[in-house]
Amino acid sequence: MAIIEREDPLELEAGEITETAERPLGVFTRPQSNTGWRSWLFTVDHKRIGIMYGAAGIFFFIVGGIYALFIRLQLAVPNNNVLSADTYNQIFTMHGVVMVFLAAIPLGAAFANYLIPLQIGARDVAFPRLNAFSFWVFLGGGLFLMSSMFIGGWWENAPDGGWFAYAPNTGVLFSPSKGLDFFAIGLQITGIASLVGAINLIVTVLNMRSPGMTMMKMPVLTWMLLVVQFLLLFAMPVISVALFLLTFDRLFDANFFNVDQGADPLLWQHLFWIFGHPEVYVLILPSFGIISEIIPTFSRKPIFGYSFMVFSGIAIGFMGWGVWAHHMFASGIGPLSVAAFSVSTMFIAVPTGVKILNWLATMWGGRLRFTTPMLFATAVVAMFTVGGLSGVTHALAGPDTQQTDTYYIVAHFHYVIFGGIILGFFGGFYFWWPKVFGYFLGEKLGKANFWVMLIGFNLTFGPMHILGLQGMSRRIQTYSSGQGFELWNMVSTIGAFLIASATAMFVVNIVLSRRAFKAGKTPAPGPDPWDARSLEWMTASPVPEHNFDEVIVVERQDEFWHRKWGRDESGRVVRRATVEEVAHDGSNTNVHLPSPSYWPLVTAAGMPLVGYGLIYNLWLCVVGGLLILGGLYGWALEPADDPDAGHGHGHGHDDHDGDDDDGGEHHDGGDAGAEDADAEALAEVSTDG
Amino acid sequence: MADTAVAADTHEEHDPHATSLGMSHEKLGMWVFLGSDCLLFGGLISVYLLNKGRIGPDDIGPDEVFDIPFTSVSSFVLLMSSLTVVLAITALQRGDIRRNRIWLLTTALLGAIFVGGQVYEFTVFYREGLGYTTNLFGSSFFTLTGFHGVHVSVGIVMLMSMYLQSSRGKLGPAQSEKLEIIGLYWHFVDVVWIVIFTIVYLFPQ
Repeated sequence: MAIIEREDPLELEAGEITETAERPLGVFTRPQSNTGWRSWLFTVDHKRIGIMYGAAGIFFFIVGGIYALFIRLQLAVPNNNVLSADTYNQIFTMHGVVMVFLAAIPLGAAFANYLIPLQIGARDVAFPRLNAFSFWVFLGGGLFLMSSMFIGGWWENAPDGGWFAYAPNTGVLFSPSKGLDFFAIGLQITGIASLVGAINLIVTVLNMRSPGMTMMKMPVLTWMLLVVQFLLLFAMPVISVALFLLTFDRLFDANFFNVDQGADPLLWQHLFWIFGHPEVYVLILPSFGIISEIIPTFSRKPIFGYSFMVFSGIAIGFMGWGVWAHHMFASGIGPLSVAAFSVSTMFIAVPTGVKILNWLATMWGGRLRFTTPMLFATAVVAMFTVGGLSGVTHALAGPDTQQTDTYYIVAHFHYVIFGGIILGFFGGFYFWWPKVFGYFLGEKLGKANFWVMLIGFNLTFGPMHILGLQGMSRRIQTYSSGQGFELWNMVSTIGAFLIASATAMFVVNIVLSRRAFKAGKTPAPGPDPWDARSLEWMTASPVPEHNFDEVIVVERQDEFWHRKWGRDESGRVVRRATVEEVAHDGSNTNVHLPSPSYWPLVTAAGMPLVGYGLIYNLWLCVVGGLLILGGLYGWALEPADDPDAGHGHGHGHDDHDGDDDDGGEHHDGGDAGAEDADAEALAEVSTDG
Repeated sequence: MADTAVAADTHEEHDPHATSLGMSHEKLGMWVFLGSDCLLFGGLISVYLLNKGRIGPDDIGPDEVFDIPFTSVSSFVLLMSSLTVVLAITALQRGDIRRNRIWLLTTALLGAIFVGGQVYEFTVFYREGLGYTTNLFGSSFFTLTGFHGVHVSVGIVMLMSMYLQSSRGKLGPAQSEKLEIIGLYWHFVDVVWIVIFTIVYLFPQ
């Protein structure tokens, strides 16, 4: 503890408010511990928040997967009665809502939170406490939505309107349970989380790049995640408006979707899809970014056509706003609208195709290493192409009227969402796992996981193309025998259970790999296990709390790669420096980090209370509202930076929890601690390595 | 630098060149948020435009309830508050704490007069027979203007919090950027009102 002198508060700049640091509301002291469960509840560290997003996302992915298994069980044979029609409606709705809003979005947010600051060489995000707030709001909203399963009876009050909840089907008249209230308010809450997170990450990328890291030197993943945040920024308020209208209709008898009063229910479809189509790109672009990191690394080539990759991502971001009505070709929007949206939808295949060609060109002639992450990344390219091609068949309005609301649509979007997004995320897990947790996931089980998942996925969703074109409708809980649906439905159900086994293998792999590493049977990955290219590999694994020991001055795209490798006179690639020479060892413990805080959690906890209050008892709203208000005031009065807090790993002045295991090794870093302990030291230009 | 002193969320406030764009995180964050808020009001205004004519022939509609002179006056009051918030900011930047407090209170008061006018207007409409559930026009009108009123109220709360900070001696020139950021929000809410006033009240029905 004594290595670092406490900063004298007087050294802070004039105008800095310090006296309220310890007890901002006169009651609570700030949270201090860096270990134990409290360190997670009150953390503002973008890495811990990213890990929590990932854990929550995987949890909801498994829950949503269990719903899917029940759907497939029900449909395995004709005239089945595993689920009643009413329960079936609730389960397929919950499957969609949970997978899109509670699994795919937070998994994207997990990669964004963890990797954006690292890839741009920053210490943290721009607003660390807001970041924690986003996560807790998301979790609160997600659990609020899930609680609809239990409240008022088992599967009585879950939403039952499908994930896009078309009006007027969602009015009290047609859906009298509380389900759609939970849907509307729950998504409103998670929407707040996405919006706040988007603002935070946009400011982070625009404002916190390390010296020399111009926009066109940023890794493709960071670029794609930035586009995603802009899409969320502008899409979330639109769904908010739609959800407000629905809530007001259901709770306060407003007339927005009341056809008796002359309302136009198409309004919901427009608002929903103006949000919903950009949302599709919110889901897919993180995965595009992830494989744009994996493929160059395991091809030992820079990404082919970097600027094309970036600009096609931006183009997708813009064009994503002009295609929403292709979800509504069967709604009677008129021939001119249909033609216009048909053409714009075909156009958006162009930037997507550019990306696919660039990934292939990156692999072309490269020295390929088919590790587990690379297998997943390659599968994304192939499977997404299948999904993209069936998507082009929907862009043609004629065939689309035949395909609408059949299993062909289900097949299409699962090829995009599962084949494009989920496989990409799994690739990302295997790729960054050693960076995040400091041990490899086993390759053997990983490859088995990949193949079972790929085969299961194609068995599940491939046959749905055929079923759909044969006329099997989605969202109907059963089908009669003799229509030719039996075989492919059974195949699809078997496939679904293969996917479930693959997911189980992933979980088992985590447990076994961790155990093997703790027992010393597998080597530590070191900072750069894959010979990778971007800045996150330039610091220790797992990443120390302060990210980088020194500010990194960036000169080139793929800066880290160029510090390791260069060319000799004859143009051959030769090693310039070893990883150990280039990478930071995490020994600098003198970095002043943002301090943990109670208020994000307190403020976020009020939101589900307001939600329950709106549905059941308005007094609860008062309690929730007071909690939010109190939380916000505590937050505003508390300085972001506790001047008395410790620096780096667990050196808080009253940190009686003691250091965690890796706290010790950072002391060995030696002289860094003896230097003048201030952040200014970090601002010094470093050309380390 | 004054405007980096409040950029306290990271250690880098010690370095004046810390932000890549040269603008503090807080201010950039507010601009980004306002961009998002445009879409919120864009959506609500679209809903209103779609629904305003969808009333029966004998139904109560905009022509029956709007009192343009009254709303013009309250709009003028709100627009003047944009001027006073600028005066409050410049006073604070000069270090003129007394004037800063006066203009802060004036701004909050003008905002409160506007919100009060809105409440009065809503009650009159209700007495004339236009409730929230009466028809599509009622639902759309009250939702759109209600959301705007909530935005103004949030602005008043922020201004009064600044005033409280000031009275505790914690609002000096070094914190003037905080007020500037609240000012951005305040101007935005005023601009949105110009759009709403024009579209809802002034366009022929």
